[in-house]
Amino acid sequence: MSRVTEFLQHFVNGLSVGTIYALIALGYTMVYGVLKLINFAHGDVYMVGAFSGYYLGIVGGGGEPSFFRAAYVTLGAMIACALLGFVIERFAYRPLRHRARLTALITAIGVSFLLEYGFQLSPWIRTPVQFPPGPSPRFFPPLIDFGGERSIEILGATMPKIDLLGLGVALGLMLVLQFIVYRTRFGTAMRAVSFDPQVAGLMGIPVNRIISWTFMLGSALAAAAGIINASSRPKIEPLFGLISGLKAFVAAVLGGIGSVPGAMAGGLLLGLTEEYVAGYTDSSYRDAIAFTVLILVLLVRPAGLFGRVTVEKV
Amino acid sequence: MTGNGLILQVRDLRVHYGAIEALRGVSLEVSQGQVVALIGANGAGKTTTLRAVSKMLKPSTGAIHFQGEDVTKLPSHALVARGMAHAPEGRGIFLNLTVRENLDLGAYLRKDRAGIAEDAEKQFSLFPILAERRNQVAGTLSGGEQQMLAVARALMSRPKLMLLDEPSLGLAPQVVERIFSVLREVNASGVSLLLVEQNAHKALQLAHRAYVLETGNVVMQGTGKELLASPEVRKAYLGE
Ligand SMILES: Nc1ncnc2c1ncn2[C@@H]1O[C@H](COP(=O)(O)OP(=O)(O)O)[C@@H](O)[C@H]1O
Ligand SMILES: [Mg+2]
Repeated sequence: MSRVTEFLQHFVNGLSVGTIYALIALGYTMVYGVLKLINFAHGDVYMVGAFSGYYLGIVGGGGEPSFFRAAYVTLGAMIACALLGFVIERFAYRPLRHRARLTALITAIGVSFLLEYGFQLSPWIRTPVQFPPGPSPRFFPPLIDFGGERSIEILGATMPKIDLLGLGVALGLMLVLQFIVYRTRFGTAMRAVSFDPQVAGLMGIPVNRIISWTFMLGSALAAAAGIINASSRPKIEPLFGLISGLKAFVAAVLGGIGSVPGAMAGGLLLGLTEEYVAGYTDSSYRDAIAFTVLILVLLVRPAGLFGRVTVEKV
Repeated sequence: MTGNGLILQVRDLRVHYGAIEALRGVSLEVSQGQVVALIGANGAGKTTTLRAVSKMLKPSTGAIHFQGEDVTKLPSHALVARGMAHAPEGRGIFLNLTVRENLDLGAYLRKDRAGIAEDAEKQFSLFPILAERRNQVAGTLSGGEQQMLAVARALMSRPKLMLLDEPSLGLAPQVVERIFSVLREVNASGVSLLLVEQNAHKALQLAHRAYVLETGNVVMQGTGKELLASPEVRKAYLGE
């Protein structure tokens, strides 16, 4: 492999992983925006997204892999996770809204454990699927059959078609989100709530409803990330949201927590950095990179790339 | 609509910040179409009163009636829907949004796009400087411009009652004049005002009625003229 090809191959791989981080990071950053809460259960929502897709693919999607099936599974998982996000906010976080910040943070960790270990309980629904899945890994069913060639070559670099599709879907979702946040009435309301919820209420904005929708939106994006990731790396298990969640959190901090473009940039940057460092040095460093990045950001530019240094309101 | 001509009636309002009792049973009334001023020293509880009325915070006890309806339990956004607007202390401008977006948020519950655009133009003609800055992020505005924006934004909901918290604070004299003349016009068009002011002289001149607040209690009330003439008020709040 020539040097150019190798460089390009890493770029393609990094982009593919980076968009996953970016999609998850968006949920962290939007929820932080409206609630000033790090929703540590968000990585597990990503995991639930993958499992929802798994169940939908097995139960409802008995048919052949097709675009229709992929769309149905993806949308279904997004809706399922949106509902999960709604429930988490409504019943775990909202009752603690006016308590000390630490209370909500600890609750977030509690919700995270609940999902991680709840999904490892021994199954109590057996046929045709086992729910919850229990501790053993599962293999995500293929959603699309590309016929003959599974990959395409770009200047010598191989890109599986499924990754290319995932990349397209992820970028499409980010564009849609960007539009929602910056061009719609809901998006303006969301930005107003994240700037000052009390004053947002004075505008007639139903603040609680906006917060619910924000959770739902972020959770749906995490579900999409779960499906995209599982389509290309099919092994899924109840604990796999933990590390991806942490990395996406780092991506959100890197971009500037609370900033939507920041989360996208942070995700892509982290994915590429990981890939290049692991590719050109030692791949066992991969997981350490995210946290090195986190430490460097916090030391050098705590507000992140896109974050504004917050002006304390008087 | 009310039979008694009151747009706002507040009875025995108590508010606590933790263990501190900031309002100790405040009662006040605003009649339909009137300007009512709330004056008092720093820390008397004026801001707290407005915040409790618009539900930026939750009163411990007391009752609030708006246009004859008991709204004590309603959240802020429901009050906006009924015709209340609050330009809060510190202006409450969304500094991350543009001037135009701030104005549009003032009209969040309205659906008539054409009417909203028309009203935005109306605000721009009242405050031409805002028109020049309409696409600028509000964080770039000066204090005076932000204050104008706060008043303009509150008007965008076409309110029946406006709560205004020190709209002249820290502003240059011409800007203060501008804001007071707009408030006079707004009131003349039928909007009732509950006005908190440290500039007691101007407030009392504009007000039909006024209340004096001291450490969370109403200690004096009367018409604007009566309070302007009162020796206690002149001594304590008009610097004589
Ligand atoms: N957020 C708060 N937390 C604790 N105490 C407060 C808070 N806001 C106001 N207070 C107290 O409540 C009292 C009334 O304050 P405020 O309503 O702001 O007065 P005013 O607007 O008349 O200056 C003051 O003693 C003030 O220190
Ligand atoms: Mg005040």
